[in-house]
Amino acid sequence: MNLWKDFSNGLLKENPTFRLVLGTCPTLAITTAVFNGIGMGIAATAVLVGSNLIISLIKKVVPNEVRIPIYVIVIATFTTIVQMVIKAYSPALDKSLGLYIPLIVVNCIIIARAEAFAAKNPVINSIMDGLGMGLGFTVAITIISAVREVLGAGTFFGMQLFGANFEPALIMILPPGGFLVFGLSIAAFNKIMSLRKV
Amino acid sequence: MRLGLIIISAIFINNFILSQFLGICPFLGVSKKLDTAVGMSVAVTFVMGLASVICWMIQYYILIPFGIGYLQTIAFILVIAGLVQFVEMVIKKTSPTLYQALGIYLPLITTNCAVLGVAILNINKSYNLIESLVNGVGGGLGFALAIVLFAGVRERLDLAPIPKALDGFPIAMIAASLFSIAFLGFSGLFSGLL
Repeated sequence: MNLWKDFSNGLLKENPTFRLVLGTCPTLAITTAVFNGIGMGIAATAVLVGSNLIISLIKKVVPNEVRIPIYVIVIATFTTIVQMVIKAYSPALDKSLGLYIPLIVVNCIIIARAEAFAAKNPVINSIMDGLGMGLGFTVAITIISAVREVLGAGTFFGMQLFGANFEPALIMILPPGGFLVFGLSIAAFNKIMSLRKV
Repeated sequence: MRLGLIIISAIFINNFILSQFLGICPFLGVSKKLDTAVGMSVAVTFVMGLASVICWMIQYYILIPFGIGYLQTIAFILVIAGLVQFVEMVIKKTSPTLYQALGIYLPLITTNCAVLGVAILNINKSYNLIESLVNGVGGGLGFALAIVLFAGVRERLDLAPIPKALDGFPIAMIAASLFSIAFLGFSGLFSGLL
């Protein structure tokens, strides 16, 4: 029961993207197509689960003063592994995410969960927390990228949705569209959450 | 000539915040007040310039000769973390007033993706040492420009009547979107030359 609570925490109540507004750089930068959104979500989830697992295992032997550098090394190691796996198995994804794969290291969601959760909780709970947070992040950026891809390119997952006469609003896949859709989706999420509570 | 193009491109055309989405966290986090925004951007510009140079040297004098290019991410983030700590100590010793002004922002820079981003971009674009330095400082100035302008807007947003669901981050994002449209006007400038 407790495990389920740790898992579901990341989905709604503390959704890293919509509630905590962490990890905003990849959220804005790579959400121009659904394929990228899901790819980035899975990559970040893999790093998050791995680093939560290791940090939870080593939490007793890490001296308090140097814990942040140690966390950063653990996270950087997993990021490198993920980067190599993506390069090997999905060159297309590697090409479209490019710079933002190594930048998973500085994704604040991961270091925040390491510090706030994995360093204080048992291993199993930390894995569940990593999965939940990762899934919450993946769902959030998939929603944002779906909106941007449909409006900005007229496609979903690369499939044409509308007829040849459809004129896509190019601005949605340019940087301003990213800020706009992200802002409006946080607002929508806030509104839905406030209605739920009543 | 090429250096001039790199610096203008880094400040306006490929502005780190508004067109490459690097360093959004501090952009939203410390842009609530004008003076903190100025402090943060000075610190970031300094660290970005320094990190560009040191990461370039690490890449070409250590990682490539020893054939360990795959350690790039780990090496760079460690260098940046160490660098930030070092800068903090130096400033504390030499200029206590500057330290007091920047104090709390310095440790935050480690997790600023603009710093790691500029270091990796310099390598990807195969800039030489001088070009990397110029790109780093230019990127920092672009960051400063965006964050300082944006802080001015946000100070006014505080006074504006805003629907409850939009209050805080959402309205800031929408303001950033309008900013980004303005900066989009620079794209295409010198497009044939770069």
